[in-house]
Amino acid sequence: MIPTPDLSHLKSADFQHVYEPAEDTFLLLDALEQDADELRNSKSLVCLEVGSGSGCVSAFAGAVLGPSTSLYLTTDINPYACRSTSTTGKQNGVPIEPVLASLTDPLRARLRHAVDILLFNPPYVPTDSDEAYDAQQKADIAGAWAGGHSGMDITDILLDQVEDILSPTGRFYLVAVKQNDIQGICARMQSQHGLKGEVALQRRAGREHLYVLKFTRQPSET
Amino acid sequence: MVRLITHNLLACHAKGCTTNNFPLQFQDATIELREAEFNPEFLYGFLPRIEWAALVGAAHQLGDDSLPKELPEDMVDDQVFWKKLHHVLLEIHVEEGAMVCPNCKHVYPISNGIPNMLLAEHEIG
Repeated sequence: MIPTPDLSHLKSADFQHVYEPAEDTFLLLDALEQDADELRNSKSLVCLEVGSGSGCVSAFAGAVLGPSTSLYLTTDINPYACRSTSTTGKQNGVPIEPVLASLTDPLRARLRHAVDILLFNPPYVPTDSDEAYDAQQKADIAGAWAGGHSGMDITDILLDQVEDILSPTGRFYLVAVKQNDIQGICARMQSQHGLKGEVALQRRAGREHLYVLKFTRQPSET
Repeated sequence: MVRLITHNLLACHAKGCTTNNFPLQFQDATIELREAEFNPEFLYGFLPRIEWAALVGAAHQLGDDSLPKELPEDMVDDQVFWKKLHHVLLEIHVEEGAMVCPNCKHVYPISNGIPNMLLAEHEIG
């Protein structure tokens, strides 16, 4: 059992602005731990976490793979989250490189088919689309959960960026809830991007039925 | 912390800026040197990803000329080379300053080691 990253440096004041790890976060950590051997034994040079929040997930990835084995990049549109991610990395001995950015924007040109582990715990809660848009604009805590129509407004944009950035043996882990239409996501990733999806883990937490989906490239058939 | 490994992966993504948008040029950079764990296996695996000229140029901008201008052909067993690469790629942290696009001149500020790659509304493609 790999311990959850130490977040003692973050206080309740910080969590007014940065998403405090909760059941969805822990499910993603569990999914990574479940795949620990597989991840250690395959090429895992570049790990990119989109929407890093507190930095908990990337710090955990660093604990799984080793601090010097991979490059741990993160993006978040919330500057507070980027700073928290940075200190979380330091607190846990994992050199994390946070970038204040939207999704994968400034990295796509140089990381074409280069990301071995892509992680995204998106704002997945179904809300009004205006509410989700405004939350992203403000780049504060609400942007961490307000997901718009079916909770997919932001995820939809990222899903179209995955194929371009994922390495040939790369793995994409996505947190989702039932209302996001799990089958729909998997079907669309398959038909539009040729990426095979499976449920790595699922768990009921309160009113949420949470999933971690894992996407990989189809092995080519000759 | 923006280290040179990350700088080597950042390109300008402003609307319409699709050529000569990499590498970004450092401006008023203040740096800190911090030791990092040496892992030659990682460096060897990551080497094909590196835009070498961009890395050498960026290091030069920050006052470091330790890297060869061109990638040596036979470097696998060259410990000196790997140690130099390790230092330049992973131990130079740009804490403050900015990165400027050579094409459209967009300025991406760096503050507390975090690069701000967000664009204004009118700059988004």
